[in-house]
Amino acid sequence: MIVERRGWRVRGLKLWLPLGFFLVFTLFPFYWMTITSLKPNSELYSRKIMPLIVYHPTLEHFVNLLTETSFLTWTYNTMLIAVVSTAISLVFGVMLAYPLARMRFAGAALVSFAIAATYLVPQPLLFIPLADIINRLGLGDTLTSVILTYPTLLVPFCAWLLMGYFKSVPHELEDAARIDGATRLQTMFRIFLPLCIPGFISAGIFAFTLAQNEFLYALIFLTKTDVRTVPVGAIAELVRGDVFYWGQLMAAALLGSIPVAIIYSFFVEHYVAGLTSGGVKA
Amino acid sequence: MSAHSQAIASAALRPRARPSLRRWTEREGVFSWLMVTPPVLFLLALVGYPFVYGIWLSLENRPVAKPGEFIGLGNFIANFHDPVFWQVAQNTFVYTFAATALKMAGGLALALVMNQEFRFKNLIRAIMLLPFIVPTVLSTIAWMWILDPSFSVVNWFLIRWGIANPGPSWLGNPSLAMFSLIMVNTWRGLPFYAITLLAGLQTISPELYEAATIDGASTFARFRYVTLPLLKPVIFIVTMFSVIFTFSDFQLVYVLTRGGPANATHLFATYAFDVAMGGGQFGLGASIALSMLPPLALLIAGMAWYMRGEKSS
Repeated sequence: MIVERRGWRVRGLKLWLPLGFFLVFTLFPFYWMTITSLKPNSELYSRKIMPLIVYHPTLEHFVNLLTETSFLTWTYNTMLIAVVSTAISLVFGVMLAYPLARMRFAGAALVSFAIAATYLVPQPLLFIPLADIINRLGLGDTLTSVILTYPTLLVPFCAWLLMGYFKSVPHELEDAARIDGATRLQTMFRIFLPLCIPGFISAGIFAFTLAQNEFLYALIFLTKTDVRTVPVGAIAELVRGDVFYWGQLMAAALLGSIPVAIIYSFFVEHYVAGLTSGGVKA
Repeated sequence: MSAHSQAIASAALRPRARPSLRRWTEREGVFSWLMVTPPVLFLLALVGYPFVYGIWLSLENRPVAKPGEFIGLGNFIANFHDPVFWQVAQNTFVYTFAATALKMAGGLALALVMNQEFRFKNLIRAIMLLPFIVPTVLSTIAWMWILDPSFSVVNWFLIRWGIANPGPSWLGNPSLAMFSLIMVNTWRGLPFYAITLLAGLQTISPELYEAATIDGASTFARFRYVTLPLLKPVIFIVTMFSVIFTFSDFQLVYVLTRGGPANATHLFATYAFDVAMGGGQFGLGASIALSMLPPLALLIAGMAWYMRGEKSS
């Protein structure tokens, strides 16, 4: 770190070579996804021509995807589910994190232990009983089924992340508000929460990507075309029998990834803050 | 307090009910519990209850859409005598260990590389995280096509360069299929390691390295005696998360191989899914899913114990 001026050769060997390797490894699948979605079938299914280049790019797979399948409906469902479950998770997350981070009450240790335990319970442990419960509630094939269950994955995470954030805010403003006669609820809403917007963005963006990523519950609970999400729709409906429509599949994968990637790119710093807070602060 | 005296007490308080109610909700403990109760109930209903109900299901013989019949440990005994179950257990351990080791080694390497000053650092860090951001199923679809039996781009190069002809069947050969899954899992999980470890590295004070250098420590010695010990808590947390989510992985296997060929890549989660959703055996499926819990708990306890031992030495 100190004597780092030994010329570009050392720097190339220690920095750009390994970095280049990781970058190629990271990006190749996305590159492959993109060019495959642009290739006409004649190029897709030819073993002779160089596969890394598109010779005659075409948008036919995108057109077919948007006109012949329910991709737009799936996208709408995915977004709706992700936004609503993120909102629910943030509200519940605040309700858990605020008292745990700022107050003393009997049972606080128990509650925070329960949150950590919930966070660590792997989803596959719960999907069979949940499938039965959702069925008995008559919620099969409704968006409600996943909007109700996704927050179980997101709330512990949001609460955990927000707790860390809340603890870093100084107490003086709240104390001043309390002395001036504000109730606890007023102090929380008017004084404290507005200070914590960056924390909400971190937790929200993280919860949103987790909700977009979820597959198991959506696969089990949503079995009809018009309620499906993008991942489930792509796997269940773009693979017809044993025939894979690779062009369309790749177009769907690409279009399905773009919204998350765009939102992520606006809030990278917040996302990284959220990602690393769990590991580094602990 | 008896119901009678309670009634008297509340009657006596009635004229001042509003201010005292307010004073009551202003108490720290009361306010806290009023806040915490709704989400706690929510989690109890949709995590706690399903968990307990899952244990109950695992003790039942329960074909789909029929009332269950209590059979005690019958499902677990059936699993014990099922060779596929043991194969699944072995697969899960191989998958978890190999993928975790690769992600750890690669993530640490990438973090060390990125812990230098260079241009576009933030941009490159953002790009490196992409595999972790993009919905797993969608990026796995791309991998599926990269590893396709007839049109794999990897095989195109292997054939072109004369290394193998025909190219290997990445998802059709039992050991290669497991290898492919481990690679894809590493691809997806490595950024999480790298970025978290990088954040950990950045908390290490440069003065420590300077002091070590003055004392004549080599690059390796600085890594071994300064970086690693200080990074250990972060490594522990990251590995714990990773082990849990790799051990219980579902998406990758479901999309790439569905557990095949011949159960060679079935993990606990996908096998439980097949038995419960495909075979309609809810009780048996629940018992397979539940079998994840003891080894997972042991793994984590073992890691915690190892960390503690390291710390005191």
